[in-house]
This record gives sequence, structure tokens and C-alpha cells, in this order.
Amino acid sequence: MPTDPIPKIRIRGLRKRFGDKQVLDGVDLDVMPGTSMVVIGGSGTGKSVLLKSILGLVEPDEGTIEIDGRNILTMSRHERETLNRQIGMLFQAGALFDSIPVWENVAFGLLAQQKMSRDDARKRAGEVLSQVGLAASVGDLSPAELSGGMQKRVGLARAIAAQPSILFFDEPTTGLDPIMGAVIDGLIVDCVKRLGSTAVAITHDMASAVRIGDRAAMLHRGKIVWTGPAADLLQSGNEVVDQFTHGRRDGPIQMELRK
Amino acid sequence: MIVLDWLAAIGRAAFAICRTTGAVALFGAEGVSHIVRPPYYGRMFLRAFLEFAYFSLPVVALTAVFSGMVIALQSYTGFSRFNAEGAVASIVVLSVVRELGPVLAGLMVAGRVGAAMAAELGTMRVTDQIDALGTLSTNPMKYLVAPRLLAGTLALPLLVVVADILGVAGGYLVATVKLGLSPSAYLNNTFNFVTTNDVVSGLAKAAVFGFLIALMGCFHGYNSKGGAQGVGAATTSAVVMASIMILAGDYVLTELFFAH
Ligand SMILES: Nc1ncnc2c1ncn2[C@@H]1O[C@H](COP(=O)(O)OP(=O)(O)O)[C@@H](O)[C@H]1O
Ligand SMILES: [Mg+2]
Repeated sequence: MPTDPIPKIRIRGLRKRFGDKQVLDGVDLDVMPGTSMVVIGGSGTGKSVLLKSILGLVEPDEGTIEIDGRNILTMSRHERETLNRQIGMLFQAGALFDSIPVWENVAFGLLAQQKMSRDDARKRAGEVLSQVGLAASVGDLSPAELSGGMQKRVGLARAIAAQPSILFFDEPTTGLDPIMGAVIDGLIVDCVKRLGSTAVAITHDMASAVRIGDRAAMLHRGKIVWTGPAADLLQSGNEVVDQFTHGRRDGPIQMELRK
Repeated sequence: MIVLDWLAAIGRAAFAICRTTGAVALFGAEGVSHIVRPPYYGRMFLRAFLEFAYFSLPVVALTAVFSGMVIALQSYTGFSRFNAEGAVASIVVLSVVRELGPVLAGLMVAGRVGAAMAAELGTMRVTDQIDALGTLSTNPMKYLVAPRLLAGTLALPLLVVVADILGVAGGYLVATVKLGLSPSAYLNNTFNFVTTNDVVSGLAKAAVFGFLIALMGCFHGYNSKGGAQGVGAATTSAVVMASIMILAGDYVLTELFFAH
């Protein structure tokens, strides 16, 4: 486990409300450098909002988010943009740009940072595509021509193309068949290892959680109610986690849904 | 009590209008500020410009020709009673160049390009593509909004030049072929009557309308929420708001140019 005592990502007392719905209600979470954290929780509990807060796409009402010990919520816009270059994100539904070909999607961040010419970017996109198990010729297709599994792979390729030190995955296996899910999980683990990145993955797929995560955290009613090794998810001893991981209809989470 | 309810409702509506106006103004100001600051997205500008100018050309051209024809026909009915058929040419050119060219082109483009723009940005919003841009070192206001605002502002005057020419041509056709007016007299009356001021004011209107169409398309698309239905609502709002602003703006600009 980590030799570095400072967490890569450190979240304290994070609150966010939409209208009269308190989505995040004091989230505390630490992710150590070079480790993978999976966040589990029911649909609509604010898992995506949590990731988007770290990315600066959602403005939290209260709390702090530190990356490498610096509070990102008080950073200038410029510092924030520089920081965001270190972060890659695979969106829940892929969020591929459908007006440009696949290769340009993959190389988008590289082109935007003006790090390379279009020709070089195209070559680099081919390399990254092969890292996620796609032929370089896929680069010439339009995102709409791809299957769901291929779109996920392209989304993953786009997220890792700039070799970020932090990677976020929002429900990477949702909507895929179990085998494709396992394939994507394998690719994620490979990519994270190869880059030595710190990763946060959101999922409600237990098999996926155990495959991707070193550690796991359960988000429930706007708070992290449990953290522990991902391997312990199925025997956490926590009522909420137990109900969720075993998919039981009775338990503390049902009370919430009935309200 | 009912009166109080009404007052409250009116107050709420007024408040909502002010808030939206403020939001649109801020959005527009931010978009414009990105037009002048690098990096510039030439490809995006070119795409938006083509969308505006080239692909709207057929519909704008058709509208212009037929409006010129109709005005020639209508004004002839009136002027022939006073043996003033010569005025047909000047009425056609003035109404086309000053009013109908910019307004009709604006309305057509609002329905065509403004709607498509709102739908495209709206879809990008609800599928997280706009959020994704932000994670890829790209400011979405700069990448998506600024090029469209610039393209709208530059493309509409170009379209209106074409509309002006075709509108006058439509009038000429009806006047000479159907109404039997003398071609040379018609052309003389056209070019003697129209001034640079008329043309320039029409083109200035067009630039403003082009900006407004792009602004409404981008604003409603960019801020759309809630899936396919939200995108549909954004599209409708973009077209309706742009059309209202074109018609109201036309009056304001006409006052500005010609009142003194
Ligand atoms: N931009 C937004 N505006 C209003 N409500 C939002 C917004 N984003 C998320 N929400 C609400 O926050 C809650 C959590 O959403 P989300 O984080 O997407 O859930 P999930 O855990 O399934 O990823 C939902 O109830 C959603 O309606
Ligand atoms: Mg989600």
C-alpha cells in the first residue's frame, strides 16, 4: 500500500443540493496515490455528481476537495484548467463527439493542448486504440457506427490518450453484457497499471467493483457510509453495503426508496 | 385577493423575464469575449459558416424571389390606378433591401439553422459531450459558442446580398413579363432610387439578426436539460425567441437608421 501519506484525492464535508434535494450531504473520501477506489451506491444517489464536482463541472455548495494537498475549489480558472489536464474521464454513456471521426475523438485532448500536429495525433490515436483492443482502422469510423462495447473502448482510449495521472470511470460496464463488461474491466485495470494512475470508478456492478478496485466506498443518503478493501465488499459487516451487494429487497435502503 | 394573485403572477413573470434576459446577456458577452481571444477554432467556424450561408442559400433565395414578385404584383394594383406604374420598381427595391431581405432571411435561417444549432448543442449537453470537452482541455464556450456567433454575424449579411439581388430580379420579372413595364425604365427606377444607406442599413440589420439567431440557438441548446424532451423544448424556444427578437429588433433598428 501507499508509502506517501498525502492522499492523491482528499474530500471533506462535500455538500451539494439541487433544488430541495440534498444530493451530497457531507462526503468524506480519501484516495491514495496509485490506488483504485470504487464508489458504489444506488441509482440517483449522487455518484456522478461526486465525480463532476472533482472535475469542476458541478460547483459544490460546501466542503473541500484536495488534489495533491491543494484545494481545487479555491484555485484560479487557469490553475484549474492546468490541473484538469492530469485527469482523464470515461463518461457514463461514452459522451463521444459524434460530429468527428473516432481517431479525432481519441486525440482530442492532445490536439487541444496543441502538443502535436494532426498527422502525429492521428498516429498516436491509432496506438492508443490498439491499447484498448481496437484496430487503428476503427479511427476512420464515426462514433455512431460503433457498438456499445466499442464506444466504451473509444471513450477509454480518449480518457487515457494524454496519459493522465488521475482517471475517473463512471459506470464503465453499465449496459454491456457480462463478458464485454469483464473485458472492459480488464482494459481499465491494464491502463491504470500502465500509467501508474490513481483511479476512481463508479459502479453498481459487484463483479466489476471487485475486479477494478483496491478499495471501495459506499455512498448512501449523501454520505460515505463504509470504506474498506474492495475484496471485503461481500462480507463488509455493514448493513447498507450488505443489502446493496447482495441485492436484498429488505433493509435500510428500501426505507429510503419508500419515502 | 384575486387581484393580488394576478399581481403576484405578473411579478413572477417579470422576474423570470429579467432573469432570463440577464442570463442571455451574460452568455452572449462570454461568447463574444472568446471570439477575440485565442485559441481560435477555424474548423468550427468554417463548419458553422457553411451551415449558415451555403446550406441556407436555396431557401433564402426562393423566399426572396417570390417576395419580390408579390410586391411587384401588389404595388402595381395600387399604383396603376394613379398612373404611377414607374413607382413599382422603387417600392420593390426599397422594401426588399431595407426590410424583406433581412427579415425574411432572418426568419428562414432562424427556423433552419437556429433550430439545428439548438438541437445539436442540446444533444451534446444531455449526452455529456459538453462536459467531456471541459475534461479535454477545451473550453466549450470557445469551441462551440464563439465560432457560431461569429459565423451567424458574418453569414447573414452575405445571404441578404443574395436575397436583395434575387428579390429585385423577381420584381423585374413580374413587372416586365407579366405587367408589361419597360425593362430599361424598371432598371433605371431601381438603381436611381436605392441609396447606399438603404443597402448598408439592411446588411447591418442582417448582421444583428445573424448574431441573435446564433445566440438563441446556442443559449437554449447549451442550457437544455432533461433528455430528448428537453432538447425539443430548447429547439422550439430557440426558434420562437429568435423570431420575436428579429421582428422586434427590426423595428428598433429601423427607428435607429431612419427616424431622423
Ligand atoms: N445538473 C443537475 N441539475 C439538477 N439535478 C441534478 C443535476 N445533476 C444531477 N442531479 C440530480 O442529482 C441526483 C444524483 O444524480 P447522479 O449523480 O447522476 O446519480 P448517480 O448516482 O446515478 O450517478 C439525481 O437525483 C439527479 O436528478
Ligand atoms: Mg451516474
